Amino acid sequence: MRKQIRERMISLVIILIGLSILTYGLLFLLPSDPVDVLIDSLGLPHEPETIARFNKQYGFDKPFWVQYWNWLKNVFHGDFGYSVKYAMPVNEALWRKLPNTIKLACSSFITMIIISFPLGILSAVYKNKVADYIIRFLSFIGVSIPSFWFGMMMIYLFGVELKWLPVAGFTSWKGLIMPTLTLGITNSASYIRRIRAVMIEQMSEEYISGLKSRGISKRRIIFRHVLPNSLLAVITMLGMSFGGMLGGTMIVETIFGWNGIGSAAMGAITARDYYLVQGYVLWMGFIYVIVNLVVDISYQFIDPRIRRGMQQK
Amino acid sequence: MMSTSNAASVKSAKKIKKPMSKARKKAWIKFSVAMFFAILFVCFSIFAGLFSPYDPLETHYDHMLEAPSRRFICGTDQLGRDIFSRLLHGGKTSLLIAFLVTGIVAFVGIFIGTAAGFIGGVFDVLFMRLCDILMAFPGSIFTIALVSFIGTGIPNLILAMCLTSWTGFARISRSLVLSVKNNVYIEQARMGGASDWKILMVYIIPNVLPSLLVNIFQSIGGKLLTISGLSLLGLGSPQPTPEWGFMLSEGKNFMYQAPWMLTFPGLIILINVVIFNLLSDSIQELMNPKESVW
Repeated sequence: MRKQIRERMISLVIILIGLSILTYGLLFLLPSDPVDVLIDSLGLPHEPETIARFNKQYGFDKPFWVQYWNWLKNVFHGDFGYSVKYAMPVNEALWRKLPNTIKLACSSFITMIIISFPLGILSAVYKNKVADYIIRFLSFIGVSIPSFWFGMMMIYLFGVELKWLPVAGFTSWKGLIMPTLTLGITNSASYIRRIRAVMIEQMSEEYISGLKSRGISKRRIIFRHVLPNSLLAVITMLGMSFGGMLGGTMIVETIFGWNGIGSAAMGAITARDYYLVQGYVLWMGFIYVIVNLVVDISYQFIDPRIRRGMQQK
Repeated sequence: MMSTSNAASVKSAKKIKKPMSKARKKAWIKFSVAMFFAILFVCFSIFAGLFSPYDPLETHYDHMLEAPSRRFICGTDQLGRDIFSRLLHGGKTSLLIAFLVTGIVAFVGIFIGTAAGFIGGVFDVLFMRLCDILMAFPGSIFTIALVSFIGTGIPNLILAMCLTSWTGFARISRSLVLSVKNNVYIEQARMGGASDWKILMVYIIPNVLPSLLVNIFQSIGGKLLTISGLSLLGLGSPQPTPEWGFMLSEGKNFMYQAPWMLTFPGLIILINVVIFNLLSDSIQELMNPKESVW
């Protein structure tokens, strides 16, 4: 168990280092020199002195690894560079908007769970019945539907036609409803399919027919035996779903005008504010990695086999 | 395989096969219908010029934002361009990119993945680490960032999507290789004097490829969604070129006056993704009817 955790930690460190290298490396993919980009974005003239000054200040003339190391040191101090668009340090700009994104991601995540668990269980239990067919059809459409289009159609229906909800912007809790539903519903579709698949697999295990032959009621078998056993497999997928949700926030925030870090990054892309994009990518990767770590660890605590193995040691 | 041994009491093998063949038949029907529509849509896109009533860039200033009518089946946009023609021509861009990216990604991913699984050792470890790192970026965030740094436009879009999404195929083919690697026939081929390269090309890759078909078709649908998402954000094709995602982003601005600018492009994306997902599902059902729960 210790060894497992140690290995997990080593891979975590490697992933984080790789994540930061790739994110930093993005700057070197710019078609033009980072110095020129910086000068452009600040609206300064391209004079040799300015270029030399920025080179000295930011170390653009040094080799990649030196630059990377300096950048990493700054990142550890919470310095991601200066955002030209928001006229403040990148970290400050992101910190201000991060709560909104987390609010959106968490509420969508909860919505997804509320939708997908009952439906997934229902369609597994009533396999090949009418309810199952309806759920399967809907979730198949849900997997294929573009989330941004779903969001736009909701805006059109509830915002423009029925005028129940605000069309865009972040004014009250009402503004949260549509982005949440968009992310929650579209992401729940694939999750319903997974829950159903895992549960059906469990239900075809031999211990289930053993339980049946002992005359235990169907409800008891499903809730006491099938569900806990399926839950383990389902939880590992939760981390990945959360990642999909985080990734989806960017486009959904942009569509709904939600004032989170996703729409901030989108604005930064159009404004060529590269440091903010960089900071955003690093933050998102970091959050995703940590969420997956938490899921992994909690998985080991939930599984009684692993938990008891740990106590023995 | 299991069912045949369990069903020893059943006298003839035909009786066991019968329910299987019914499921297979259903899967075949599903497959052919989906394939028919896939080919249909691809043909519509390739020969868009023949089917479209107007030039996709032709503007009719006296018919701006017109509702769907007999003359303009799907209505017109803010410049009076025929949406139906634009949808047909847009398919060329969207589907072509989706096919191209899937092709490249599948080729590279399968090759690297099988090599990693087959060679093992340090190469495998390095490969897995790289995959872990690339997969640590949630969703298409890294793709979006890449495009924004290397510059927008279709070639860059394709490049960015390829760079970030080969890992999926690589991982799957690696695990598939690991599952067939220790089969007896590989051992026998080796004893027969086949080189590593030959074993990989003749015995392992052909063995792994069919199961990857499922992923390939699924990937086409997924790529369609990514492409339209990226061009919706303005990272895809340049302005006048018709593209489904970009048409949606235009439609959003005219939601009040012309909702048809929003409904039709989205619907066409949905239909195409549904078709390719159906294809992937039906192939899954055809290949291993026991495992398919869908």
